[in-house]
Amino acid sequence: MNTEKRAGRPPGPPLAAITLLSAAALAYEVLLMRLFSIIQWHHFAYMIISLALLGYGASGTFLALLQRRLLAHYPAALLTNLLLFAGSALPAFLLAQDIPFNPEQMLWEARELLHLAAIYLLLSLPFFFAANAIALTLARYRRHIGRVYAVDLLGAGAGSIGVVLLAGLLAPLPALGAIVTAALLSVALAARKLRLPRRGQLFIVLLLLAATQLWVARTAVLHPSPYKDISQALRVSGARLLDTRAGPLALLQVVANDRIPLRYAPGLSLNARQGPPPQLGLFADGNSLGAITRDEGHAGEPGFLDQLTSALPYHLATPEHTLIIGAGGGLEVLQARRLGSGRIDAVELDPGIVELVSERFAAFSGDLYHQPGVHARIAEGRGFVETREARYDLIQLTLQGTGGSGGLFALSENYLYTVEALESFLAHLDTDGWLAFTRWTRLPPRGTLKLFATAIEALRRRGVDDPGQRLLLIRGWQTSTLLIAARPVDDDLITAMKSFCRQRSFDLVWYPGMPRSEANRYNVLRAPYFHDGARALLGPGAEAFLTDYKFDLRPATDDRPYFNNFFKWSTLPEILELRERGGLPLLEAGYPVLIAALLQALAASALLILLPLLLLRSRPAEGAATAGLQARVVSYFAGIGLAFLFMEMAFIQKFMLFLHHPLYTTAVVLASFLVFAGAGSRTAQRLAATTGRRRATLLAVGGILLTTLAGLLWLDSLFAWLAHWPVAARVALSVALIAPLAWCMGMPFPLALGALGQGGVRLIPLAWGVNGCASVVSAVLATLLAIHFGFTVVIVLALLLYLGSAAVFPSPPSPATGAPHARRVDAC
Amino acid sequence: MKVLRRLLLVWLFAGLLPGGVPAASDDHEEEYRRARREMLRAIEQDLRETSAYLERREFDARVMDAMARVPRHLFVPPERRSQAYENRPLPIGYGQTISQPYIVALMTDLLGLKPGDRVLEIGTGSGYQAALLAELTDQVYSMEIIEPLAQRARKVLDRLGYHRVRTRVGDGYYGWPEQAPFDAIIVTAAADHVPPPLVAQLKPGGRMLIPVGSRFMAQQLVVVTRNEDGSIHTRQILPVRFVPLTGEH
Repeated sequence: MNTEKRAGRPPGPPLAAITLLSAAALAYEVLLMRLFSIIQWHHFAYMIISLALLGYGASGTFLALLQRRLLAHYPAALLTNLLLFAGSALPAFLLAQDIPFNPEQMLWEARELLHLAAIYLLLSLPFFFAANAIALTLARYRRHIGRVYAVDLLGAGAGSIGVVLLAGLLAPLPALGAIVTAALLSVALAARKLRLPRRGQLFIVLLLLAATQLWVARTAVLHPSPYKDISQALRVSGARLLDTRAGPLALLQVVANDRIPLRYAPGLSLNARQGPPPQLGLFADGNSLGAITRDEGHAGEPGFLDQLTSALPYHLATPEHTLIIGAGGGLEVLQARRLGSGRIDAVELDPGIVELVSERFAAFSGDLYHQPGVHARIAEGRGFVETREARYDLIQLTLQGTGGSGGLFALSENYLYTVEALESFLAHLDTDGWLAFTRWTRLPPRGTLKLFATAIEALRRRGVDDPGQRLLLIRGWQTSTLLIAARPVDDDLITAMKSFCRQRSFDLVWYPGMPRSEANRYNVLRAPYFHDGARALLGPGAEAFLTDYKFDLRPATDDRPYFNNFFKWSTLPEILELRERGGLPLLEAGYPVLIAALLQALAASALLILLPLLLLRSRPAEGAATAGLQARVVSYFAGIGLAFLFMEMAFIQKFMLFLHHPLYTTAVVLASFLVFAGAGSRTAQRLAATTGRRRATLLAVGGILLTTLAGLLWLDSLFAWLAHWPVAARVALSVALIAPLAWCMGMPFPLALGALGQGGVRLIPLAWGVNGCASVVSAVLATLLAIHFGFTVVIVLALLLYLGSAAVFPSPPSPATGAPHARRVDAC
Repeated sequence: MKVLRRLLLVWLFAGLLPGGVPAASDDHEEEYRRARREMLRAIEQDLRETSAYLERREFDARVMDAMARVPRHLFVPPERRSQAYENRPLPIGYGQTISQPYIVALMTDLLGLKPGDRVLEIGTGSGYQAALLAELTDQVYSMEIIEPLAQRARKVLDRLGYHRVRTRVGDGYYGWPEQAPFDAIIVTAAADHVPPPLVAQLKPGGRMLIPVGSRFMAQQLVVVTRNEDGSIHTRQILPVRFVPLTGEH
């Protein structure tokens, strides 16, 4: 390109374009996760996006092959990759969503594996192009590595905040259109900065492209799997979609059917004379979220609401002040009203749901959330409790609003069902209060017994010697309700409970002193598994029971917040043997999917890393690419790639307990890490100039060690102490707490790249690829480690990885040229 | 490496090729008959391994005869016919499935039908279950909520001569009051509760069967029994031999 000559002085790095590209790529990644959660299921979305991010790793391999040639035509190469990213992002998703992938058929049909591979391939393309653009820029502007890396991280940080805002304003597909437009703008910015000729024509083409993509994004429709709840509901004769509203938390949809109405009465007693009144189906991301129920009754006429297991606490005492966590469409709020509760705080995380019930369908719901005594609160349930002094007679955690029933949600962290959460709820009960959980029952028993074990642990931690005296558990054929009392349960309460169950043919599972003969009477299982389990968990053999039971029933904690993971490796062979004989539903899908994602990521990474290594070996080294240096490059960049994501993911979870809201916490923590790491990268070069790169890296790792250890020691107490601060102050403090750690974490990458730039240029694509692959593996591995060992262990491992990396800092012996970096963000 | 590669190829292609019966047209009836016999053997084998657990040594001979007679391949979409007799569930379009033959046999057996019994099916789906029921009794009533599916099933049932199966598109929640009470009801569409009107349409001593789980796999089979005294009980059955705990606790 002779543009540089024409302008006299060569243009600097296209920093604005890279910032925008990084923001768009990160926003695209997060939005893809949302889109696939809507059309598929959350854990498969997780696997698909994780694997697609290997596009970053593939970029390393590609550049190892073609870096020299592409750098010779840098402006054209950059623009092509920017254009390809912008041009492929939308079509890749639209094509991928039409691949008829059905996870449930995977074990029978190899064709499904091909479908999955095709989705991976399609979605990895945009990431591949984005990675090429960044890597080429780092390689082209070796003297500015710190600056380029800094804006890359800054852009990613902005993208993580931007996508949350975007998702609040636009539906998912138009949001994708907006991201594509931003990506096209990055092309224009790059063209301008690089002073390309015929820019006017290019801008017109870009404008046309933007208009086309925006139009496509606006008119395209999402195609959820035909097996998702929303597809099923809409297929029924007479079904009408009444409302669709997109929010950052979920895509909400409301379905009505006058001909064949939807009916939601989970676990209704078999003795019930009547079902529910007319209802509207409520769906979040295509999954059923219960219903909005027409308020046709009057207080004292509870109707079907009295025929659910969740009605039990109202028959033991009439609560004056009730807290409903996960209020959703309002079924439990209506139940509380009809069964006589005075004041009701209805807590719901998603403001869209509250709007639907209290505005759009206010007439239908009897304006439930504005009824006297009812206060709808938009908040995360645990945060709501922990940031208030109020005490309740009844805290009810609902069936739908509290994070799934296992299997599909095994990978989702859940802070409502941990031992610490239960301790918190118990601390906010009045002296005669009750804490109630209603759950779907599954066979063989899993969640119900795990919750029972969690309650026992929480009571013990609160100093209760005999937890069994404070627990009541009942079940129908579909649901179970566990009550935890603030004081020991007396005979009158037990009599009332028995009468409640007898009238509704619900089974007693546990009350203090319950004989085995009273269990398993109405909904008969082969053995009284629930009662036997509850008894074992309370007895001296609890530890042996937990060890021998075929599902993981150990209580979840804030450090291992995976209540819905029940998978045990020891049970896997038995289930696989029973696969053909109807045994597959016994398999907890989430965990094997995680393992599958890890294995696929490792295999693909090995391939992507080995290829450039073989390539380097096949050509005589130009610099000093000795085998030893190659090994150091691989170890160092794999180490810091793994460690960066370990830290990010673990600290998102730590801050979740301070900021509480899952989405905003992720956005704030992620953006803080990326932005301050960018700042760290910017100062890394200056530090290197005074102390040398290796020493600067040692200092950075020292800083990481100190700040992290301080965090591990004091963060929990600090959070507990400042829990009552207003949200804005807590957010500001969180940013300030993350800043020094992230600042240090931004240094090791550019420092080592800078070193390679002076004698190991040919190894730069390898470093880039290794780091990209490590980031992908890291996200999956961090979840796996957290499930087994907790997030504290993940943090400790990250520290060890940083220390190990510092020990193998790659110093090439003589100078040459230079390039890339990496960071990943799939933590959200 | 070579061996591994070969194994991988064999595995890949074995999965890609249609399993069981090669794709055949309707006039290859003999091949389908053979496939049906194979299917029955697979069901018997499954039952043998689960018999102690399910407390039954064998399925009612009439149920097995019915399964031997009903041409399952005609109830699945044409492109799935080659897989119709594999012991696995199959998609039939409209987000619905035809259940795994072993589960179908188990559910039909659990209904305990006698000739002349009046049976109601909620969720006609492919029509296969209705055809099986019609082999056991001449009073079969079946309802479906997805209109095109109901029409397709009706056509197949008519083509095979199951004219006595009465079908209807409508709300299964209220059952079929004009024909109530029923000796047996089978609810093939998953539900979060048992509709009270359906319980009311069950004869004393009658049974209702509900598979609970995903469209592809039943997690448990729930048998609702209305006792002679009017009281209601359920029996929740895992369709597979699996106990969650071994040893004494």
